[in-house]
Order: sequence, then C-alpha cells, then structure tokens
Amino acid sequence: MPVLAVENIMKSFGNTKVLRGISFSLEKGEVVSIIGSSGSGKTTLLRCLNFLEFAEEGTITVNGEQIYDGKAGKKMNDAEIRRNRLHFGLVFQNFNLFPQYNVLKNITLAPSLLKIGTPEEIEANAKKLIARVGLTDKTENYPCELSGGQQQRVAIARALALNPDILCFDEPTSALDPELTGEVLRVIKDLKNGDSTMIVVTHEMGFAREVSDKVIFMADGIIEEEGAPEEVFGNPKSEKMKAFLSKSLENL
Amino acid sequence: MWESLSATFGKFAEQFPIVFNALNVGFLQTLKLFFVTLLGAIPLGLIISFGSMSKFKPLSKITRIFVWIIRGTPLMIQLLIIFYFPGLVLHKQLWGGGESGRFLAAAVAFIINYACYFSEIYRGGIQGVPVGQQEAGLVLGMTKRQIFFKVTLLQMIKKIVPPMSNEIITLVKDTSLARIIALQEIIWAGQAFMKGSHGISGQIWPLFFTAVYYLLFSGILTVLFNKVEKKLDYFRS
Repeated sequence: MPVLAVENIMKSFGNTKVLRGISFSLEKGEVVSIIGSSGSGKTTLLRCLNFLEFAEEGTITVNGEQIYDGKAGKKMNDAEIRRNRLHFGLVFQNFNLFPQYNVLKNITLAPSLLKIGTPEEIEANAKKLIARVGLTDKTENYPCELSGGQQQRVAIARALALNPDILCFDEPTSALDPELTGEVLRVIKDLKNGDSTMIVVTHEMGFAREVSDKVIFMADGIIEEEGAPEEVFGNPKSEKMKAFLSKSLENL
Repeated sequence: MWESLSATFGKFAEQFPIVFNALNVGFLQTLKLFFVTLLGAIPLGLIISFGSMSKFKPLSKITRIFVWIIRGTPLMIQLLIIFYFPGLVLHKQLWGGGESGRFLAAAVAFIINYACYFSEIYRGGIQGVPVGQQEAGLVLGMTKRQIFFKVTLLQMIKKIVPPMSNEIITLVKDTSLARIIALQEIIWAGQAFMKGSHGISGQIWPLFFTAVYYLLFSGILTVLFNKVEKKLDYFRS
C-alpha cells in the first residue's frame, strides 16, 4: 500500500488553471523529486498537499485512508484540516523560522502546543533532531545568528519533530548561496537513508538524479514525464522534457 | 539693585510653593487624561485596524473613511464638536457639568482620535509580518489563535514600538489641547497665574515652568521605550 496516493488534483487561481489533473503515488521510504520550470505548478502541488491551498478536484489518500476530496474540501472544519496537515511536513524555500525563538524553541514550539509527549520527551527529541542536522552547538542561538544553510537545517529538524508521514521540500536550496546548498542537500540525503518518505521540489538536477527514486517532470500543470531518474534524465521521451533538460544544461 | 533682586527672589520663594501645588494639581489631570486615552485607544485602535483590514468591503471602506476624517481634521475641532454638539444642537446634556463632564468629553475625543492613529500603526505592524510566518505555523498544525499569540504578536510588537513611542510622546503634549474646553490641565493651571489665581497675578513664569513637567515626563517615556526596543533587539525578522 502506498504511503501517499494523489488522484487527479486540479487547482486554479481565478481563470488560470495551475494544476490540471495531477496523479502519482509514493511508497514508504521513497524520495520523489519534482522538477520543471517556474510556473509549472510544482509549488502549488506541495501547497495543496499541505492544505495551504485547497484543490478544487481530486483526492489525497494517506496510508490507505482518503483524507481529502476536492468536492468536499470546503466543508472540512479547522480541526480536520489541522489533523490532515500533520500527515505532511513542509520545508519552505525561505525557511520561515520563528525569529523570536532560539533553535531549540523553534523545534519544540509546535509539539508543545499540540501536546505531543511530555515537555521532557519533546525537548529530548528536539535535541536529537538538532544533532541529526549537525547543529548541537547552535541549540541556544537565534535564527538571525545562523547562516542560511543552518537556518534551513533547523527548519528541517522543526518539520521532523512532528514526525510526518511525508516530508515536502519546496526548493529548499533556492534561497541559499551556492556554497551553502551542499550542507542542506547532505541532510536531505541522510534522511533518505533514515527511511523518510520525501517529496522534493528542486532545481538541483544533480541532486534529483542522484538521490531520488523517482523523478516527476511537470509542465503547464500536468505531469509531462515521470520515472526512474536514469530514464527521465538519460532517455527523456517528451519534447518539453528534452527542451527543459538542454536549457538546464546550458546553465552549467 | 541688591535689594530689588533679593526682593524679587523673596517674592519668588514665596510664590513658588503655591504655584508648584497648583501645577501639580493640573499635571495630575494631564496624567489622568494621558493614561485614560492610552487605556481606551490601545484596544480600540486594534478593533479599528481589524475593521480597516476586513475582507468585507463595506466595513473596511467605512472604517477607512472614518480614519481619514479623524486623522485629517484637527484634534482641537474634534474636542470642540464633541463637547458642544450634544448641548447646543441636540439640546441634551450628555457630558454632565463641571470638571468631570469636561474630562469625560476630552477623554472621548482623545480616545477616538488616538485610536485612529494607533489603528494605522497596528495595520502596518500586522501586514509587516511575512505571510510565511503564518504558513509555517499552519503546516506545523497550530491553530490560528496559537499562531497569533505565539508567532505573530511579538514580531508585530517589535515593528510597532518605534512608531507607537512617537505617537505616545505626541500624546503627552497633545493633552494640553483639552484646555480649549477649559479642562483644568497643567497649561490651564499655569496660565491662571497670568490672569490671577491663588492671589498671584501677572506672572508668566509659571506657564513656562509647565514645560519642565512635559520635558521630564516625555524624558521618562523615552527612556522606557528605548528599554523596550533594546529588549526586543535580540531577534530580527
């Protein structure tokens, strides 16, 4: 049984159809990279999965339980939406750490408010996660005292603290200086070895190729091509994918 | 020469305690108006700012027009209208007579006026917190209430402290406008010694002396606000 099954997701903003029927599924421990040019709907798809946007049509099924149906989407109450959100974690492009809290409190805030465990358990778990992203010596520091790469690693630990079934990354390295992308990508790679299920929207083709089990190429709100990274990168079938690839290679 | 100087000083030393007492009484009224205005305008401003940010268009339109009128006209006119309109036009004694009635009218005018200024500052503060902060709270499963109190509020406060301290220091001095409806605040008390009060007349120094009160009070407030700003300096949003 797949951890996540997405069926026929559609979403428009005004008259613009951003997602025009997206379907895919994900097994436990799998990493899928979503690539495609800006405006192809990648970020909107992640936002629909995290219920920051609500798809007008389509269903989302997690661990065999359908948690969202576009037709009934508007009728969900706040508590249901919040419960559904906890299946997913989201790491933002620009981190969105809480500036007034130190690293530890950034990570413990949500678990404490949601009362997931005792305060001692929550803090111990947070410290374990901080160690996992390699920031033990920054536990008491505030976000403004950290580099972009360090902030993003805190954001990853913060998302992990709620133990989501699927962790989503929205271009996690796009806001970083080139020399800082490596440390974030290494953490994500390390999570894959730890059996986390992940969806990574990225422009890092090398990373997508190396780390993901599956690559999805989106264009104009549909999945234009998907498959194992060797296939998609090595032997692209769609014209759009070929054009996209040659353009990304030009940039190298 | 020495005699006249020592006579002047003697007179001053004699008058000073009387003036000092009268000014203290006036300043107490000034302080009362100041704190009552803050107490009313700080929460009322929040309500007005929610109104002006409402997604319900008629409400936000009306609120913004109201704010425009209040901010666009002198507080002195507002004081006069609020104090005299009920009696002269509606033939109703809304405020009651005497000093307490004048205080009530002044407080209402000040609260409305300052709430409008505060509401714009709040609006800037609320809209100045990046939407990503709220989204981060949402994806972590927090309720809207938790997000407001645990995430947004302190960032908003940090943003509004400098403009609020400006506005509040202006309020210290604006309280003197209440003199126009004969509220017996400190300027009124100082001016009384020109016309004659407590057996002293033709003296202008008590009026000048009121400035010391304003300077001291706004000085204390400045130090206080600097402390708050420093306290919030540990993070940057």
